[in-house]
Parts: sequence; structure tokens; C-alpha cells
Amino acid sequence: MASKMAITLNVNGTEHEIRVEPRKTLSDALRGECGLTGTNVGCEHGVCGACTVLMDGAPVRSCLMFAVQAQGRELRTVEGLAASSKDGGKLHALQQAFIDNHALQCGFCTSGFLMLAAGTLEQQPDIDDESLREVLSSNLCRCTGYQNILRAVRQVRDAGQGGAR
Amino acid sequence: MSDHGPSSLKHGERHNGDVNPRRKFVGQRVTRLEDPPLVTGRGTYVGNLNFPHQLHMRVVRSTYANAIIRSIDTSAALAHPGCRGVWTGADVADIPPITFRPTSIQGLEPYRQYILARDRVRYVGEPIAVVFADDPYVAEDIADLVTMDGEALPVILSADTAPGEFAPGLSTEALVLRKNFGDIESALSSAFKVVEVDVQVGRHSGVPMENRGALARIDHSRDVLECYGQGKRPHAHRDAVATLIGRSPASMHFYEGHIGGGFGVRGEIYPEDVLTCLAAQRFDRPVKWVEDRRENLLACNHSREQRHVVRGAFDKDGRLLGIDAKLWHDQGAYVRTHGARVPDMAMGTLIGAYHVPSYRTVGYVRMTNKTPAATYRSPGRFESTYACERLMDAAAEQFGLSRIEIRRRNLIPKEAYPYARAMEILDHAVELDSGDFAGLLEKTLVDIRWDELQAQVAARRAKGELVGVGMGFFMEKGGLGPVDGAKVTVDTKGKVQVITGASSIGQGVETVMAQIAADALGVEYRDVKVIHGRTDVLEYGIGSHASRATVMTGGATRMAALNVRRKALEFASRHLVEAPVEMLDIVDGQVVRIDRPGEPGIPIGKVAAALAPSPATVEFGNPGLTAEGWFETAGMTHPYGIHTALVKVDPDTGETKVERFHVAYDIGCAINPMLVEGQIVGGVAQGLGGALFEEFVYDERGEPLSVTFADYLMPTANEMPPVDVLLTEDAPSPNNALGMKGAGEAGITGVGAAIAAAIDDAIGIPNAITRLPVTPQRLKALLKQRGAVPA
Repeated sequence: MASKMAITLNVNGTEHEIRVEPRKTLSDALRGECGLTGTNVGCEHGVCGACTVLMDGAPVRSCLMFAVQAQGRELRTVEGLAASSKDGGKLHALQQAFIDNHALQCGFCTSGFLMLAAGTLEQQPDIDDESLREVLSSNLCRCTGYQNILRAVRQVRDAGQGGAR
Repeated sequence: MSDHGPSSLKHGERHNGDVNPRRKFVGQRVTRLEDPPLVTGRGTYVGNLNFPHQLHMRVVRSTYANAIIRSIDTSAALAHPGCRGVWTGADVADIPPITFRPTSIQGLEPYRQYILARDRVRYVGEPIAVVFADDPYVAEDIADLVTMDGEALPVILSADTAPGEFAPGLSTEALVLRKNFGDIESALSSAFKVVEVDVQVGRHSGVPMENRGALARIDHSRDVLECYGQGKRPHAHRDAVATLIGRSPASMHFYEGHIGGGFGVRGEIYPEDVLTCLAAQRFDRPVKWVEDRRENLLACNHSREQRHVVRGAFDKDGRLLGIDAKLWHDQGAYVRTHGARVPDMAMGTLIGAYHVPSYRTVGYVRMTNKTPAATYRSPGRFESTYACERLMDAAAEQFGLSRIEIRRRNLIPKEAYPYARAMEILDHAVELDSGDFAGLLEKTLVDIRWDELQAQVAARRAKGELVGVGMGFFMEKGGLGPVDGAKVTVDTKGKVQVITGASSIGQGVETVMAQIAADALGVEYRDVKVIHGRTDVLEYGIGSHASRATVMTGGATRMAALNVRRKALEFASRHLVEAPVEMLDIVDGQVVRIDRPGEPGIPIGKVAAALAPSPATVEFGNPGLTAEGWFETAGMTHPYGIHTALVKVDPDTGETKVERFHVAYDIGCAINPMLVEGQIVGGVAQGLGGALFEEFVYDERGEPLSVTFADYLMPTANEMPPVDVLLTEDAPSPNNALGMKGAGEAGITGVGAAIAAAIDDAIGIPNAITRLPVTPQRLKALLKQRGAVPA
């Protein structure tokens, strides 16, 4: 076993001081060492996008990165979307739109889609329908047929609530 | 096609003698109770669960497609410092092969799979050893050190070539199934025309987003082996796994948590599930197993691979006199839990929605050196609907009739229901409970504006575009019985708990059960919590499969809730309100007097509190505001529908672009149209995958080539057309009080048929499509071969 490295991951504004092997993926470190299991792992080869998180505001596949590469970066995961429970726990507009539009069934891909959409709308609040479809086609969902996911994200975009709770 | 939605549904007009016909939540598009934890990252998928001091199991898989095992070398693995154990077949020689479900079909026993290969491997991916370590990365390192020396044998990769030997003296033809009724020979000899098609469906499968996994441990305080991560049929599989590893069922329990998609493949009993439970027992430590995607594509059930040769005997008017069918079913390397259910259903459902006076079908169930096959959403029906609809399209062409007219002439008329067929499916006599297919066809043509659509297509064709429309008519089955139970309890705060034997695999079963219970009882649906997938809180349950949860578990939930309601009203009448029970009702969680509207009621939480154990409540009957309910049904339900696809073919690339898709579906009764639509649109996406993109491909040595999501192509948002859904409730099932028929498979069953027909239409070559998926390579080759594009 390779020796472990001490690193600090900044996730949702909290610093996690953890020890990981250099080969540990970011997704496994988030799930295991940081206890943030909302980031799901679907393929570990960067296609399905279930593990999408935001790094310095941009969507990335956390299964395709090593945890040590994320040191010093600002990470955001699905656990950071809603307000904390002590602040009332209000859902992010995207989370509420996913519920309202039945944009999830089994929920396994949902965290990845939420983070992909959140990062996209923050960077391009006025993204057009065709570009939005193109961006959202980078993640896989096996339950919904995508129609309601697209509808939910468009609704949040149209309300200008891309970064809002 | 219009934007017609299910909002057109009319509810509450049919009472069926219901004692409580109220419909406040049933039929409404209420949002799901399941969603809040799932959108906030609080899911309890098995990969998210851990127990202290757990071991991680990793499976070593065969790299041979067919070989005799000479030896398996575990010495390097055992020498690894982190290794806590290595097992090969010899270490689990006491464990019998994995059982299949009870069936009257004989002869499949020799084809079952052991949890670890013994003297022989039969597919790439077959488990040959398992290793255990404290860390999952280390377990993978150790697994890489196990090597197998094998004597390679010739491989069999198709079911429609000559059978070989599965084992010495045992044919790879495991079974020949037959079904027939009527006089097919005279139908064939007296026919005006006999139309034949020879069509194939490619090997593909459910492929949920969550890989399989299991976590098992023994709780010594109860002497119970707990297994987390199972879904689908918790009770039956608990019994089966307990038996395999030598425990009594009462000393083992399943807990399903969240499941990342079911689709028929998730939650079956696989070697890995049994190994995880066995290891927890032998090591007396918690054991966790989570596969990776490559393993999932190699080892989770495949499905669908069949060839159908179907001959239809028609009279001079294009009416069917009989159908004579042959089926070659590629079962893969072993018979798994479903036995022969898939070919059985394919054969039983092939004649679909049509009045067929005589029918003969033979199914050759053959073993190959590929991953074992079993059920995937709409098992057997996706395949048989495609085959039958290819026949109807061919007949239309040969009779010079429109594709709609040939079907109109053959649909079972409304007045013929209930419509019995003198054969069985899954050991059940076939009786189609209710239907008005011709009525649905007319509504479909209006909803998709058929004439306008035809005109648009003609205009685009005139401009040189290869566009076309195709339809797939299908008869589904759901609500598989015979019995399911549920238990409903009201607590002292007025919150309701429904304990069911269903499984939640993402389909929304909690919400649907809550809606049914809320209306039956008279409470708010958000006050209903639904428990599922646990064997420790309900003695019996039949899980979620075959579009049955809403019908069966919903029926039981409703009965239990009505029993609780009656109990609350009778107790209140006797002890809390001076009024006869007929004068009482429960509205919005309050027991109220019907004759005094506006007067404050008694919250049912108070009724529950008053029913706490006491001499008075024992005297009343039994304490507690709780009751069980059982629902039984003799027959299956038979929802039906029509899929319509509009496609455009690019002759240069061979790409098929699906521009629109329409599903018309008579569901009997939609508890939550939003969730039904969700099931249907999701099913369409999977169907399009199987029709156009998804295929498990093998090379000539039996090496699987589709082992990543870069090779096994599932539809993304880019490939999905807009899907319009027309839900109707014109033929409620007479088999349950609400008329429910089931929703899980409606979106997928007719997709292969509709897409094949649409591509034929687009390229202007009748019956050109004989094989799914219609990949760009295949379509381009076909166009070249038919001279439709320059070679």
C-alpha cells in the first residue's frame, strides 16, 4: 500500500483535513474521508457524470481526479446546495424545481445533474435551450428520459434563479 | 403531435361500490415524498452505508468465455499483507447453485450457476474467486494477483445455430417450450396469404445508474444476518439466500434503503449477493461489496437477445386466421432466477392485441458463452411486440392496406372482453381483463393529428428528406398476483405509517401508496410514511416487479387503510362521540359528524391515543389504531397502448434521428398521472436505447466488447425526442376497486416496433428493418445493399 498524504479539501466552505493515498479518487475521498456521500459514483470512467461536483465554480467529474489534485481548490457538492438546517434548510431553486417537475426517479444521477446545472447556470445564466440540452447531455440518467430534467433547469433559468435558494 | 397531457383525465365518476369513493389525492399530480432526501444528497444507496470493522469483498472474474479450470493460483494474493481471505469454488463447495423461482417448467436445474465457478467457466466475467481486505483499493490490488489457468474450449455465441454441449452429455439446448391453441395447420392451408418475417433483437439490458452492491452483517443481539442493498423481491429472495447459506429465514433480514434503478435486473439473486452474506457469516464481520461499471456490464443480467420467425395466415380481407411462430432465445451461460420466464412471456404475449383464432409457437431456449440473461423491463414483450408488429407491417404491404387498416381489422373488439386465450403465461391462464383498443387507436389518431402528420411527412419527402412514421401496438400485462398484504398504523400525532412488502426502485411507490392510503383513510398524503423493502416488519411481501406494485400493494394498502378507518369510526362512535358510526367520517385527519358540518372534529391522533392498550380497548377488540389488509386477485391486468415515432434518417451517416414520440396508453386508473408520465417517458428512453444504440457485442472468441459507457451507448438528453403522452382510463380493470392496471412498462414495450416501422417508412423500403438495434453502421450498410445510396 502506498503511503498516505495529508491534504486539506475545502468542500462547501468547510476544511476537511484528511489522509489519503495519492491514488485515491476525489469522489472516493469526498464520500469516504469527508463523509459526503451525496456525490454518487456511477461509472468511474468519466462518462455518466453522476459524480459531478463544482471545482472553483466549474463542473468536474470527481471520479477522474485524484483527491490530492483538489487541494487548494474550492469544491462544492450537492450537500452544499440547500441552506444548512440551522439556517432553515431552504432548498436551492434547482432542488425545488427538480421536485416540482418530477425530474428524478431513483435519484442516483440527481446530485450530478444538480451540480452540472448549478455550475452551468452560474456561468451562463442566459444559456439558450439548445446549448443547455447540449450541456446536460454530458450526464446520463436511466429513469426519467431527461424531459423533466430539462424542464426543471429551464424553469430555474427563466426565473433568473440560477444561484439562488 | 399535440401537447395533449394527462390533465384531460376525468376522475371520481366510478365508484365500484366503494365504501369510500373519495378522491382527494388519487388521480392528482402531487409531488413525490421520496424526493427531499434525494435532492439533498441524503440517499442511502448501499455504497453510502458502512459498518465499523467491515471487510471489502472483490470478485475475480473469468477472462475465458468457455474453459475447463485447470487451476486457480491464489498464493500471491494470500501473501499480500492486507489479505484477509481468498475463496475459490472449492471453498464454497457446500453451497448449492442459485435457485430459480417456482415454475412448472422442468429440466432447467443442471443449468444453474454456482456462486463461484467449480471445474468450468462459461462466460467472461463469471466469478471464479473472491478476495477480502480491510480497504476496497487493497481488495482490488489483491484480486489482480489471482490467476486462473484454463483449457479453452470452443465458444457458442448464437442461439440459432446448432446446439453444442453445455457439460458432458448435456445439450446447450436447455429447453424447448411450446404453446398452442386452435387449428394452426388448417389456418395455414386455408389462408389467402401467409406472410412471414424473420427478425432479431439485440442483446441489451436495464443498466441502472447505480451499480450492484450489498452490505451484510450479523447483529448478535438478535442473531440476525442483515443484508442491505437488495431491492425488488425482498421476502422471496431473503428466503432463498437464507436457504442457500444455511440459515432459517427468520434469522435473516433484508433492508433495501435507496435503490439506484431497478428495471428488472437490480435485486435479483446474484452470486455476489450470496457471497457477501456468506462471508459476513463466516468471517463474523460486516462485509461490503460494490461492483464497478465494467463488472456491472459483464455480470449483471443481460436480456432481450432473440430471433423470431413469425408466419401469419391471413384471409382474403387481411384478417388473421392464425400465427405460427418460432423463437430462438439466447439465455447466456446459465439459467438465473427467472428460469424460462422471458421466453415464456415472449411466446405468450406475441399475439398481443389481436384476435388470433389459432396460434402455435415453439421456443428454443439455448445456452451460449455470454453473460446470463433474464428479465429487463417489459421482458419478452419488447421482443414479441416488435416481432408481431413487423408481421403486421409486412401484411399491410402485401395486402396493399394501410398499416393502420390492417391492425384495425385484427384488433380484439371491445365487446369481446374479458377475452380468454386457451394457453398459459407464467402458469397463469390468459384472460385479458378489459379493453377498447380500437377506441384508443381513434383517440391516438386525433391526438397526433394523423392526417396533418402524413401531409407534413409527404411534403418533407418531396423535398428529399428521409422522414417516416411508424407505430407499435402493444398489449401489456401487470398486476401479477396472487396476494399482497399491508399494515397501516396511526400514531398519536395523527401520522400514518404504511408497511408494505413492495420495493422502491425509483418508481415512486411511497408517494403512490401514500395517495391511496390518504384517500382511503381520510388524511393528508404528506402525513403518510411508507415502509418498503424490509423483511423484518412484515412477514410477507412480493416486492416490485412486473408492473405490479401499484395494483397489488396498492390494493392491500387500500384495504388496510379502510380497515383502520372502520376501526377508528367504530371506536369513536362507541367511546368518543355520541353518534352512530354511519354519521361519522374522517376528513383531513379529523373524525367528524356528517350531519354537523363545520363542527370541530376529533383528530385521529387522539383516537389512536384513546386506543392505547387498556381494559376498554382490549374489550373493544384489539388495542391500537392499526390494521392489516390483504388484496387478492385471480388474474393479471392488461393495459395496452400505441407508440408512434417520427424519425428522420441521414443517408450519409446512417443516423436515425427520432424527432417526436407519442405514447397512448390506457392505464385503467392513474393514481398519479405525473408519475405515470415519468415512467412512460423514462421507458421510451430505454426503448430507444434498445432500438437504436445499446448492444452487448462480443468478438468471435466470446470476448465482450461493450464493457464501458463509451462502448455501451445509452441515450442522453441529445438523443431524446419530445415525448407526448396520452393517458386514458377507458378500460379500468374489473379486478380491483380502483381499476388500476400498472404503469411500469408502458413506455418501452412498443418502441422497437415503432422505430423499425418508422425507419422503413423513412427509407421507403417496406420491412427493411429486421434487426435491432438499428445502429448507423447497420442502417448505412442496409441502404447501400438496397441501392438506396451510392455504394
